[in-house]
Amino acid sequence: MSGGASKRDWRVHPPYLHEAYASTVLRSPRQPLIPMASSLSELTGPAFGTDAVHPGDADLTRIAGGSGEAIGQRIYVTGRVLEDEGHPVANALVEIWQANAAGRYFHKADSHQAPLDPNFTGGGRCLTNADGEYRFTTIHPGAYPWNNHPNAWRPAHIHFSLFGSAFISRLITQMYFPGDPLIPLDPVLGGVPEHARPLLVSRYAHEVTEPGIALGYRFDIVLRGRNETPMEGR
Amino acid sequence: MAAAPQTPSQTVGPFFGVGLTRPAQPQNVLVNDLTEGVRIRIEGTVFDGARQPVPDALVEIWQANAHGRYRHPLDAGPAPLDPHFSGFGRCPTDSSGGFSFETTKPGAVADSEGRVQAPHVNVTVFARGMLVHAFTRLYFSDDGLDADPVLALVDAARRHTLVAALADDGRRPASYRWDIHLQGDRETVFFDA
Repeated sequence: MSGGASKRDWRVHPPYLHEAYASTVLRSPRQPLIPMASSLSELTGPAFGTDAVHPGDADLTRIAGGSGEAIGQRIYVTGRVLEDEGHPVANALVEIWQANAAGRYFHKADSHQAPLDPNFTGGGRCLTNADGEYRFTTIHPGAYPWNNHPNAWRPAHIHFSLFGSAFISRLITQMYFPGDPLIPLDPVLGGVPEHARPLLVSRYAHEVTEPGIALGYRFDIVLRGRNETPMEGR
Repeated sequence: MAAAPQTPSQTVGPFFGVGLTRPAQPQNVLVNDLTEGVRIRIEGTVFDGARQPVPDALVEIWQANAHGRYRHPLDAGPAPLDPHFSGFGRCPTDSSGGFSFETTKPGAVADSEGRVQAPHVNVTVFARGMLVHAFTRLYFSDDGLDADPVLALVDAARRHTLVAALADDGRRPASYRWDIHLQGDRETVFFDA
């Protein structure tokens, strides 16, 4: 059995209880987490092959089989998935979901009075390449109101779900956009320690922007990895 | 190589069905007719600290096959792989907070020091209102659990929160009940794995 795993770094992750985000009050575990050493149960994890994704899954601006195109500011979102020793993670499954340009999710529980877009479901997925890179084509999501506190609005964001090399690499997070005035007001991002919040804000990347087509954003993601000891590199 | 800071976690939110679950392709059935081992059903409810069901949680599981082998390069055997079993499952809770899986009873696997662990399923819990997911384990009430090195880390009074109860109603496949309490006097044991 090879080494252990990096620990969850609580200096960057939010706590379970963050009262400004009201839903955490009854959904936060209150007992201390029990530390455990990693075994194969934690150091292995699901792998996904090319059968997990279909061509077109990474382009959210078109629905498979449809002819129309989603309304909104077209964007590319790309970046690398790394494990915390800096190694790229190849074949990582990246799943995303987001609101449409008007700030409405294609979901029965979303009661926001903003229009649905018949050409946009808001879900996408892809596998990272050998360099750990992913790339999506989508539209800039809208901000939307929610009931957390009076006049509460979520900043525009894209949800990201990732599987790395191990069960303990699992991460679900949200990517935000640079310069969004709602960011300092958001209690969800506000749960993250202040120094770590910039890690969730994407960067406008002019080199990713395609002339006449779409604006580019970069968002790199670092997962927990296995600690590989040099002695094992036979 | 310089360590890069981990990307912070955020809540899965209420609308993860848009991206993570597709009703036409349920991911909570891990077995087919050719999967080896004893077919079992696991069912339960996710509750909050007011003992109300949580209708917008997501439960994921990862387990060894019936022989005690994980489908992963790090697990070199000698227990055999099962070509009809990957070990991963995912289930969103329904409007009553309920979730279920159909899977095969996992075989025992050793821990990092070679001690045998009782058969178990590794579980992650996500929900709106959880800024970070929670790790836990499910054990089976009809197994010998006294020697399990991870259960031994847990206060004896709380171990029951990790044990799924075999229903004695003769149903086939054998059905285990296991509820997840995010908070409260029955709070499930969660690990800093």
